[in-house]
Amino acid sequence: MTPFEFCFITFAVSIIAGGFGSLLGLGGGLIVIPALTLFLHVNIRYAIGASIVSVIATSSGAASAYVRERMTNLRVAMVLEIATTLGALSGAYLAGRVGSRALEILFGIIMGYSALMMLRRRESRGSVGSAPWSDRLRLHGSYFDKALGREVAYRVRGIRIGLALMYVAGIMSGLLGIGSGALKVPAMDLVMRLPIKVSTATSNFMIGVTAAAGAGIYFVRGDIVPFIAAPVAVGVSAGALLGSRLMGQIRSERLRAAFVAILLLVSLQMLIKGLVK
Amino acid sequence: MTNEKSPAQAAGQRREERRVRDAEWVISTILRTGVLTSVAVIVFGAVVTLSRHPAFITSTKELHDLKSAPSAFPHSFGEIVRGVRLLHGQAFASLGLLLLILTPAARVGASILIFLAQHDRLYTLITSAVFTLLLLSFIAGRG
Repeated sequence: MTPFEFCFITFAVSIIAGGFGSLLGLGGGLIVIPALTLFLHVNIRYAIGASIVSVIATSSGAASAYVRERMTNLRVAMVLEIATTLGALSGAYLAGRVGSRALEILFGIIMGYSALMMLRRRESRGSVGSAPWSDRLRLHGSYFDKALGREVAYRVRGIRIGLALMYVAGIMSGLLGIGSGALKVPAMDLVMRLPIKVSTATSNFMIGVTAAAGAGIYFVRGDIVPFIAAPVAVGVSAGALLGSRLMGQIRSERLRAAFVAILLLVSLQMLIKGLVK
Repeated sequence: MTNEKSPAQAAGQRREERRVRDAEWVISTILRTGVLTSVAVIVFGAVVTLSRHPAFITSTKELHDLKSAPSAFPHSFGEIVRGVRLLHGQAFASLGLLLLILTPAARVGASILIFLAQHDRLYTLITSAVFTLLLLSFIAGRG
């Protein structure tokens, strides 16, 4: 394989990663890391460095569109970012002090459980009752759903449990260098009752900041190799810009089903990694 | 919730919505500019690299070294500036990646200014906390 071919394959895979990542509120690391390590035989260190770049590119590329289309709930994102960055700090502190095996198993169980919960619950939202914290923080919002052709208003609840879950997601990010979108989306969907499109768009918005918290260190350490990370950055950005155009048209149920499928896959992968290693 | 609102309440809500739209526009523009600029710089770096090393398109010899030579590329600010002056392709690629990494931090920083300008004390405080924690994580990771 020539260097040019290597870059081109990395670029092509990254377009797919950016497209799916932007639609599902993930960073694309789930696609980028295995593709680089398994098929292109890149050292895991540099694959993680490239994955962090992928998370930031997906987040910034897609969020620019989602925010403009008012799909992202900015206030929810900014409140929750306190918990994710605090978690990322704790994770950085814990790194090297706790076994990653136990964490992977725990992570796998949590994700599997939230996948099943998301599968079970249908769109029976009804009233969410009173939510004094969300009132005070002015978190309630609305967005225009193109697939339904109408404005959808929603109320936010469970901000305190949401904050706690985001703290956990932040710890995972700090420890593993990932965006943890797979934990953020279910937390917003199940606990805070945000519509799935708002959950994925808001997760997308937040993962950039979570990843940026770790990215500086990886960059200085030399883990972000331009030869590998540059085609990832360009491909993922292109994919995210394309994917974010599609989001409006897709029906919420399909998005939800796709997310649950991915969630189950990742949780299985984590469990196997944690148990077999 | 009742649907009837007093004129004062309705005006307040419109003002509130207007503030959110303004914030959304600024943030979205920052993110888009950050991504497009870094992609442009990276692509320029790739073109420079290919024009200097045409063998990268045809030869299979160099791939192994490129994938596993961590010290051969610039990854500190000084090295990047030096490389960019000498028109090194990899320095431009590194610069582009650095710009991409800084984009989310710039977005948080700008949010503080937006909320400050809108006299929104609560959210100025919230975004400042996020920015501080972000800075702390940069420092904590270094030690």
